[in-house]
Amino acid sequence: MKKFLKVLPLAALLALFCTGCGSSSGGSLTLNVYNWGEYISDGSEGSYDTVHEFESWYEETYGTAVHVNYDTFASNEDMYAKLSTGAVSYDVVIPSDYMIARMAEEGLLLELDFDNIPNYANIDEAFHGLYYDPDDLYSVPYAYGIVGVIYNAAVVDEADADGWELLWNENYSGSILQFNNSRDAFGTAMYRAGLDVNSTDTADWDAARDALLAQRPLVYSYVMDEIYNMMESGEAAIGAYYAGDYFTMLDAQADGVDLRFYYPDETNYYVDAMCIPISCQNKELAECFINFMLSRDAAIANAEYTYYASPNAAVYTDAEYLADMGDAIDILYPDLGDFSEQYNRYAYRNLDSELLDYINTLWETVKIN
Amino acid sequence: MKTTSKVYTAIILVFLLAPIAILLVFSFNDSKSLSVFSGFSLRWYRELFQDEATLRSVKNTVVLAVSAMAISTVMGTAAAVGMHRLRGRWMQRAFDTVTDLPMTNPDIITGISLMLMFVFAGRLFGWQRSLSFWTMLAAHVTFCLPYVILQVLPRLRQMDPALPEAAMDLGCTPFRAFCKATLPELAPGILTGAIMAFSMSLDDFVISYFTAGNGFQTLPIRIYSMTKKTVTPKMYALSTIIFFVILALLLVSNLTDEDAAQKRTKRKSNTKKEH
Repeated sequence: MKKFLKVLPLAALLALFCTGCGSSSGGSLTLNVYNWGEYISDGSEGSYDTVHEFESWYEETYGTAVHVNYDTFASNEDMYAKLSTGAVSYDVVIPSDYMIARMAEEGLLLELDFDNIPNYANIDEAFHGLYYDPDDLYSVPYAYGIVGVIYNAAVVDEADADGWELLWNENYSGSILQFNNSRDAFGTAMYRAGLDVNSTDTADWDAARDALLAQRPLVYSYVMDEIYNMMESGEAAIGAYYAGDYFTMLDAQADGVDLRFYYPDETNYYVDAMCIPISCQNKELAECFINFMLSRDAAIANAEYTYYASPNAAVYTDAEYLADMGDAIDILYPDLGDFSEQYNRYAYRNLDSELLDYINTLWETVKIN
Repeated sequence: MKTTSKVYTAIILVFLLAPIAILLVFSFNDSKSLSVFSGFSLRWYRELFQDEATLRSVKNTVVLAVSAMAISTVMGTAAAVGMHRLRGRWMQRAFDTVTDLPMTNPDIITGISLMLMFVFAGRLFGWQRSLSFWTMLAAHVTFCLPYVILQVLPRLRQMDPALPEAAMDLGCTPFRAFCKATLPELAPGILTGAIMAFSMSLDDFVISYFTAGNGFQTLPIRIYSMTKKTVTPKMYALSTIIFFVILALLLVSNLTDEDAAQKRTKRKSNTKKEH
């Protein structure tokens, strides 16, 4: 009993102390930002602290203190589930393309006032008119990525490293990794066969399923995040993932592993973009934040932190950034011609739920057989 | 037979402790890799203490766990006392079942239904942003309560009902009798209940995820959302620290328990002698 009596006041004191220092945002403006985890430069390892820089910049410029509540989500679906109940309100969210299309369609996004976002001029023409926001009303692109093939040159013959065929090459049976989600796995098979990944013809999906079944005996494992450790350690030799993530693996590869990367001709593209949801409490402040994210220092810091490509000309034409990234530039920014044309042709779009069900049934037959 | 039981114990220990050992070793790794140990360094510990967002989420988690523990311990003890006094077998059984429900219910269902209720209540009263720290606290108290009740109730049932009666016979008010005679008997149960409530609240992800409002992110939610990139080794460092804090608490609590148990047996043997 005595012990318990000792613990309780201590606990109460601790709680009091902690809540005491947490509630310091009274009287100032508040901005609620909802972004992917690990998707902004946060001051670690001496890098640029985007949220703090914005807070101090805003106070200096406008004389009003602003407090940024920065929350993170793990997937577009998580974010959507939370936001669509209307029980939380965010001023700025950064979802991926197909989710933006869905939210815009359901009326969950506000039209942006581009007069408040002068830095939007930094976004190249090639990133205008993307399918998820064809009239550029709701979103400002933040980062983009392209799926490529990663292979261990210590195991894989250079001559074989071409196109999606490498993932079906029998010489490397037992060293190949395939995506562990239906959309991406079917994607690899459909790009390989030159099919439209947004096809509404079930015959196309059946054909892709057959290709995946043929690949199955060669596959070492179906993976998502596990790909990092398997490729870094040399446990597996071939896998497909995003270019930015390839550099993360390259940083951590074991001795004797020689990871390389290339793009197949037809492959998947994604864009994450900043939007303002209808729950926004202070639209002008939200637009101010988006504008700040597009400014040179913030945009470069974020591109260097996330290692994904930036659609911002203030980033990819900056001499300092180009020097910092070195050889990575050639891989992150391949010569695509017109981005929007490639993107609108190859990127995944929303499929209707009936078709999605059909695809998932096919996917189960691949995984179970 | 002896060797089989030794091997069996060894296997159990490996499965229990190897994951923690791996985490511990790689929190001191010089690089980001989880497969290659490239040298000893305190890099990730340094990084961790510079990461304000993570530290804030640790603070949020502790604030929430301590508050949930304090509230559910008081409420749970009171509920147990009330349930103990219920007359009639059916009444008692009904209350026992209601207590067990939140515990046996899958977290995902508790989480979603709590969120729906908060949102519904929010709409009803016209509140914007119905989810907040308080909804999260209410949710945590809800799932912590049964653990406290289940620890306290058996103590009450074991306790000699003559004890508080004797105290009142000797002139105590009912409240004083409760504090002086009943509570000390319940204390070990209350303490265990409080510790369980604290640890349940500390590591809950599913229910927290659905009931969290703006700007109050707990550590499990933060770690889960790191999956866009890989989880940084900072988290290994943090988990190592948390592991050792909990280990220290456990050791202290077990040692003092032993002391108390020894004293109690001594006292009992003394009283026997006096008889």
